[in-house]
Amino acid sequence: MTSGRQGFFALFEHLDSTVEACKALRAKGHKGFRAYAPLPEHHLLEEGLGLTRSPVRVFTLAGGLTGAATGFAFTSWTSVDWPLITGGKPILSIPAYVVIAFEMTILFGALATVIGLFINSRLPNFSPMVAYHPECSNGSFGIYVAAPAAQANEVRDILEGFEPAELREDPEGFDV
Amino acid sequence: MATAESELRRRGALPHPDVGKYSDVNRDVLKVLSRPGKGWWILFSIALAGVGIFFLSWFTQIVRGIGVSGLNAPVGWGVYITTFVFWVGIAHSGTLISAILFLFRAPWRQSIYRAAEAMTVFAVMTAGLFPLIHVGRVWHAYWLVPYPNSRFLWPNFRSPLVWDVFAVTTYFTVSAVFFYLGTIPDLAAARDQARGLRKKFYQVTALGWRGTDREWHHFSKAYIYLAALATPLVLSVHSVVSWDFAMSIVPGWHTTIFAPYFVAGAIFSGVAMVITLAVPMRKFFGLEAYLTVKHFEAMAKLCLLTATIVLYAYLTEYFLAWYSGEPPERGSFWNRAFGSYWWANWIMLTCNGLVPLMLWFKRVRRSIAALFVISIFINIGMWFERFVIIVTSLSHEYEPWAWGLYRPSVVEMGILLGSFCWFGFWFLLFTRLLPPVAIAEMKEVIPPPMRGVKEAS
Repeated sequence: MTSGRQGFFALFEHLDSTVEACKALRAKGHKGFRAYAPLPEHHLLEEGLGLTRSPVRVFTLAGGLTGAATGFAFTSWTSVDWPLITGGKPILSIPAYVVIAFEMTILFGALATVIGLFINSRLPNFSPMVAYHPECSNGSFGIYVAAPAAQANEVRDILEGFEPAELREDPEGFDV
Repeated sequence: MATAESELRRRGALPHPDVGKYSDVNRDVLKVLSRPGKGWWILFSIALAGVGIFFLSWFTQIVRGIGVSGLNAPVGWGVYITTFVFWVGIAHSGTLISAILFLFRAPWRQSIYRAAEAMTVFAVMTAGLFPLIHVGRVWHAYWLVPYPNSRFLWPNFRSPLVWDVFAVTTYFTVSAVFFYLGTIPDLAAARDQARGLRKKFYQVTALGWRGTDREWHHFSKAYIYLAALATPLVLSVHSVVSWDFAMSIVPGWHTTIFAPYFVAGAIFSGVAMVITLAVPMRKFFGLEAYLTVKHFEAMAKLCLLTATIVLYAYLTEYFLAWYSGEPPERGSFWNRAFGSYWWANWIMLTCNGLVPLMLWFKRVRRSIAALFVISIFINIGMWFERFVIIVTSLSHEYEPWAWGLYRPSVVEMGILLGSFCWFGFWFLLFTRLLPPVAIAEMKEVIPPPMRGVKEAS
């Protein structure tokens, strides 16, 4: 079984050529390519790939609100479940429960953020590291494109135009 | 090149003149993970021996009972709670440097934050043991967890001690998650250069990180949200710890300034501990190009700021004790300064109030040796601060017939000493297993490699 697509992995030594190559690919209508970087380089992400918003924030908000609600609900319910006056305080001592609700907000919010990150960035990812180059965690940038056979030459020309340090071709292009 | 550099300057990054390329960072930082030297093994053996003392002392207490400690009426909280508060406080500056300075866009944090964050996690791990030690019958420690007991009674959520359980466990979980998440890209960098068993370890822990745009995009956003959550958390944790005291009516404890006073003290002690750890780390691992004198100067300024707040809080406490006109309050503070524990109080005031004043001098702030010595003084002073607050206040409450003295026992001192070794044990392991300087984030403060496509065209 072949995917009918051709994979290209280009390794770049310079940031600007990577950003420009991404822009050129997007200008030609290529979408499903991946750029690799050894650091969260905002030029590459925002300028080169047009990434701005991340759905992780929804997870954070949902987690935080769940935590706050859980904190208040739990403390209030346990107090009402066995009403026992301590220290002359009201059974529902809301100001005291704010502390618990606050900590639960942070805890649930943080854990939900991590879950959101893992879901959105597809981690953990233990599949074989085919479309990857170890230099991408060191000092270089990379681009992986899986192009339909008809566009293979166009993609090759674009990538070569930015003088990659290395250009690997993979006859079985796949989505990464 | 020029534009990239000036942009970094504008964002406040401190220059690293000796770090040129991205790959230099990988080379210099991952080198630390190679074979440990003799010095490391010596330190590690000392730490292991101390961990032995720690568990031996605790075991003695478990077998013979809490009576082997010096705790008794009226001083029921002693070295254990003192050391608990001390370690929780130490933890705070790690989160300050990693989260608060991140939100404030202070890029000088880049080279130091990994070590500071590791310190946070290990300090909370150390602190977390002390409530378990202090409760005496550790096999009943699960009573701290909110669950209905056999009479279907729930814990009292109005109690600051229950708040503290929530605050400290949340703090440990969140700081551990934050620490691990930040390490993932660097574990991938280590994975790409390691061989054999180490490679297996990094393969698993890096979770298959590849540094793709998708990963970085969500990662950098998630990091901002986590930092935004960790910031109020760090301020809340020591506030809650302070309420363990302030919510009671013990003279010397029952004040409203306790929360900000404790938070400032926590950050003060934590920054000092970061300096104490960073100085030898920089020297042994040859990280001079990363932890420059300017970084130490920035930490010294943070120390100076918090030292000033702490000194102000000390003076406020004395002033309010006098101004309140309350005899027990006045007596408590008179007892602090001139009573049986006068020495602890004066150690505290000297180490935290006077010695840090030297940081006003630029030459002191820029001298690594001087900073190291001052940081040790602060560490000692901050332990005594908690000792003074806890022990002297309890020993001298309202009724003169109920006054009493407390003397730490050998077991307690063994556990105190052992806690430092337990912390050191984890920190030493950290320097060998995880990149002690954040590789990916360091690259943000050095100019990116440019071919100059734009300028040429």
